[in-house]
Amino acid sequence: MARALLFLIVILVALPVRAGEIVGALSQNRVSLTANFSGTEILIFGAIRHDGATEDAAPFDVIIVIEGPRQPVDIWRKDRRMGIWVNVESVNMASVPSFYAVATTAPLSQILDAEEDARYRISAAHAIRAAQAVGDVGDLALFTSALLRIRARAEQYLALDRWVYLDRDILFRANVRLPANLTEGAYTTRMYLVREGAVVHQFRTAIFVRKEGIERWLHQLAYDQPLVYGILALFLALVAGWGASAVFRYIRH
Amino acid sequence: MQIYLPIAEISANALTLLGIGGGVGILSGMFGVGGGFLITPLLFFIGIPPAVAVATGVNQVVASSISGVLAHLKRKTVDLKMGTVLMVGGLLGSGLGIALFRYLSGLGQIDLAVQLSYVVFLGIIGLLMLQEGLRAWYRTSRPHARRRKLHTHTWVHNMPLKMKFRVSGLYISVIPPILVGMLVGILSAVMGVGGGFIMVPAMIYLLGMPTKVVVGTSLFQIIFVTAFTTVMHAVTSHSVDILLALFLILGGVVGAQIGTQLGLKLKAEQLRILLALVVLAVSAKIALDLFLRPDEFYSISIPGRH
Repeated sequence: MARALLFLIVILVALPVRAGEIVGALSQNRVSLTANFSGTEILIFGAIRHDGATEDAAPFDVIIVIEGPRQPVDIWRKDRRMGIWVNVESVNMASVPSFYAVATTAPLSQILDAEEDARYRISAAHAIRAAQAVGDVGDLALFTSALLRIRARAEQYLALDRWVYLDRDILFRANVRLPANLTEGAYTTRMYLVREGAVVHQFRTAIFVRKEGIERWLHQLAYDQPLVYGILALFLALVAGWGASAVFRYIRH
Repeated sequence: MQIYLPIAEISANALTLLGIGGGVGILSGMFGVGGGFLITPLLFFIGIPPAVAVATGVNQVVASSISGVLAHLKRKTVDLKMGTVLMVGGLLGSGLGIALFRYLSGLGQIDLAVQLSYVVFLGIIGLLMLQEGLRAWYRTSRPHARRRKLHTHTWVHNMPLKMKFRVSGLYISVIPPILVGMLVGILSAVMGVGGGFIMVPAMIYLLGMPTKVVVGTSLFQIIFVTAFTTVMHAVTSHSVDILLALFLILGGVVGAQIGTQLGLKLKAEQLRILLALVVLAVSAKIALDLFLRPDEFYSISIPGRH
């Protein structure tokens, strides 16, 4: 960590002077989904390079966005039909983040103008790109807001206000917890340097999440060799069932 | 301890999974049902995607049945001929059920279909069993009451293609057992169950088989049909989670052995009433979910993935 930070600072010092720059790194950029994976904490840290006139300029703020792989979703609405609650209509969205976290140094609305938020698609409401929703329903907005609500409740979409710790206006860091139910793929991590409501500079990196070990092997087998996988499942069930029976017989006699 | 399930793609508590397997295993050993009708809804309740719950539930039934079927084969309480006839129907039904499952998944109504089948089938069967169990109990507590006729001739006995089933002491048409087997096969694929809760009463009341061979014979059919269904689900929808199944099986096989021993000690009438109550409770729980106003009217599903 310390060496990485030092390295960052060296890079920053070596950079040509501009209006302010942000450079960041992650404590790990590879997450392995193994059998006992129960979520992991990622430390995101970095440094800000100031321009010449530091004293009279407004202070910097930092926004960190972690976006999981995009995937299609169907959002269903239930209604009462013949006394029971059933799915009656749905809206499809071709690509929404499977995970989305926005960590900031102060509440987002206080440090970022609404137009800038929309332009860079920073808050989750912009990141889901509500305009892509298609469906033969009365009000699409009810469905897209339901998506945000449900994912926020499931802690898949997180708004982490005052989560980023800014040290002497130069160093920043934030701990973001990735949940256990991660989807495989690249989690892009964007760090925005913000001043007076506008994005000054941004830095991008990614976290790669993939299944490892037995998880990877089973998942691949299930999709590449489904027949072999099915027979393996059957074989294991028969052996376990028969084995237990044999053990109990042995114990009894 | 949390474990990550590679096909369900969620992480679950290993002890919860072992507990579900063990508890259901005890019932499965006691009653000669595979236990899938409890495993599958319990997996829904802990957040396993329905398709994975159904396919993995079926896989678990294979394991919980093999120990039972071996015990019954040893005690010679299996009608192999009847079992084979039921199995032929079961394999046909399972194939149909897999196709139905895929069709309903495409419509986005598979959850509803599975829940409704649970409410309807478990509700009816539970009530019938409860009624019969209570009546039998009433008879045994009053020994001089009129006994039911041992052998009644119904429409089942007037159909063609008759066959002799020596172990069961029956000479009946193969059509009813084939149809019973088929229905059970469809339910196995759609609901993730062995189908014992349908087959056991059907064998007793419809086919008129002696109670002694009913449990063993139904397990014999179940093992083949669920084996076939497991492989079919793995091939068509990649929804069998081996890791999930292993935890359920570990709990289940131990529970099943305990249950088989318990079953030998308890009286048949009491067993039947107990099973009826369990079946009704599961049915009521699922019905409540369908009838009560939900807190959230919206839900999210990921197309193309279970």
